[in-house]
Amino acid sequence: MTELADAQAAPDPEALGRSLWGDAWLRLKANKAAMFSLFYLVAMTLVCVFGPFFSPHAYTTIYPDYVRTPPSLSPYPQQEMIQGALADVTRRMRVDMKEMKQEDGRVVFTVTSTKPFDDRNLRYIDRSDTFDDARVESKSPDGLETVISAATMQKYFLFGTDNVGRDLFTRTLVAGRISLSIGLLAGLVAVTIGVVYGATAGFAGGKTDEVMMRIVDVLYSLPFIFFVIMLVVFFGRNFVLMFLAVGAVLWLDMARIVRGQALSIRRQEYVQAAEAMGVSQAGILMRHVIPNLLGPVVIYMTLLVPQVILLESFLSFLGLGVQEPMTSWGVLISAGAANIGSANWMLLYPAFFLVSTLFALNFIGDGLRDALDPKDR
Amino acid sequence: MLLYLIRRLLTAIPTLFVIVTISFFLIRVAPGGPFNQERGLSPEIKANLEAQFGLNDPLWLQYWHYLKNLLHGNFGPSYNLPDFTVTELFREGLPISIQLGASALVLALLVGGTLGIIAALNQNRAADYAVIATATAGSTIPTFVIAPIIQLVFALSWKLLPVGGWGDGALLNKIGPVLTLALPQMAIVARLMRGSMIESLRSHHIRTARAMGLSDWSVVVKHALRGALLPIISYAGPAAAALLTGSIIVETIFAIPGVGRYFVQAALNRDYTLVMGTVVVIAIFTIIFNLIVDLLYAVVDPRVRYD
Repeated sequence: MTELADAQAAPDPEALGRSLWGDAWLRLKANKAAMFSLFYLVAMTLVCVFGPFFSPHAYTTIYPDYVRTPPSLSPYPQQEMIQGALADVTRRMRVDMKEMKQEDGRVVFTVTSTKPFDDRNLRYIDRSDTFDDARVESKSPDGLETVISAATMQKYFLFGTDNVGRDLFTRTLVAGRISLSIGLLAGLVAVTIGVVYGATAGFAGGKTDEVMMRIVDVLYSLPFIFFVIMLVVFFGRNFVLMFLAVGAVLWLDMARIVRGQALSIRRQEYVQAAEAMGVSQAGILMRHVIPNLLGPVVIYMTLLVPQVILLESFLSFLGLGVQEPMTSWGVLISAGAANIGSANWMLLYPAFFLVSTLFALNFIGDGLRDALDPKDR
Repeated sequence: MLLYLIRRLLTAIPTLFVIVTISFFLIRVAPGGPFNQERGLSPEIKANLEAQFGLNDPLWLQYWHYLKNLLHGNFGPSYNLPDFTVTELFREGLPISIQLGASALVLALLVGGTLGIIAALNQNRAADYAVIATATAGSTIPTFVIAPIIQLVFALSWKLLPVGGWGDGALLNKIGPVLTLALPQMAIVARLMRGSMIESLRSHHIRTARAMGLSDWSVVVKHALRGALLPIISYAGPAAAALLTGSIIVETIFAIPGVGRYFVQAALNRDYTLVMGTVVVIAIFTIIFNLIVDLLYAVVDPRVRYD
């Protein structure tokens, strides 16, 4: 009793009060899974946003020589691929290869032809994805036998290539940009609609609330996927409108949560106390209702983002979402599932990126819920 | 109880009516029509087709005709699969989807439920963490990743299962699709079961049962489980409706001739009658299973009465 009185009489200047958010942050920091997920997600975002700038391949570049090339840490072309590519090139030049040897990054080969060799034919070599800088080293006097040398271009395909020969690493990162930004933007759309709608219903109360929530109920009872597909049908396969469509479908839960919160906060004793002390409605809204609404909104938003990413991937998987050559994780996984027998890396890498991101987002959401939910203290 | 049942079935009629009405007009206002193919039909043929199916009538008249046919149990012809009526398509596909969905549901409830109970009984021990981790993974990994991975592992690498196809309902052909359908549900059921079981084990009647010296088995299975079932039941209702009406992902990846594929195809092709048929079937399943959920409440929880 005396201790308590002392503590009240002389507040320790060092023991500053912690704000609700400071408190939540401390608790979140103690949650290892959530913090690791947060770092992972930040790293994933940075890699997806900036990675493609450092990649030697553009996500649209097609390498016909490297269709469905398995992932490898060592550079391509490998030995047998050089021979294959060379055979391909000589066939195009309509010459026969006699002998070939390799010396420090260049191939030197002798070709024979029935007509004198035309130097313009060298462009066939440069045009291939494997060789570069082709030149004629020497010709036999009659011009029928030519020694040609060309540099082999080293290329890295860390994640392999897809079934038209595009670098999967770059594509996975570019897809990550799309998936993450759709998740964020559509999540924001859903949260905005949901919060405005739910808060309006909750504050207005009475008949307005009744009607607004019945509308939500009706939308709920429509098959969800029907709704999404109708939106896609209306908006066409437009990339930006997809954000809006996806966001516009997922706001229903948010609206319900916010309405329920708004209703219950308005009936809390501290709000009644504030009213009794003559605080204005706007003051109550700013000081009490909105800060208390923010917690559930933030939690729900973090759990909404993975839902949106999943929905976008689902639509893209069905071919309704992002269109080629633009790509998203859903598009890549769809292509991977179709080529699973011949090129399983096309499924595994994008699937890993998608799933690990979803994991991280879920852990962050759970961590935030634990950190912000006052009931669990 | 009977009175309640009748009342619920009667309230289902306006719900269905609203759903039919909304989706009818929604699909009709969508741009395009069932006969606007990329390689266009000649205008005469298109006009004839549209006349044959009454697509030139005013919309309210078409709506009226559709409702009248629907009341006679006639879903109409499919526009894009012209040899079939929508009813025939469902008669062929629905049993397949129901078989897969029901097996998946039973599997999910049994395995998920058991895992949940095990986790709850070993709260904060290794078994609990293992279940939580598995459940998190199961509910996070999307079906369109699970399905190809099952194909990759079981069909292509180990050659235990066929890659896909229905195979006239051969057992081996069903394993992949059923697993894919069941895994996410299993994860959710396990999580729900764990939570509600922990709560149920804390309640007074369990303490009393233990104090009276009942065996662990009978405390858990006879008393605690009953109280813990409610959240599972309310989850299983809508989940069952969704599972039994087929999944487009699973049916596409495993090449299963169920009804799950129709919805998306039909909506994209503006196959109005097929879209409507799918919506109605899904709505009926949802209504029925919600009703079953409410009836089961009364069976499981004696405090719930519908008199």
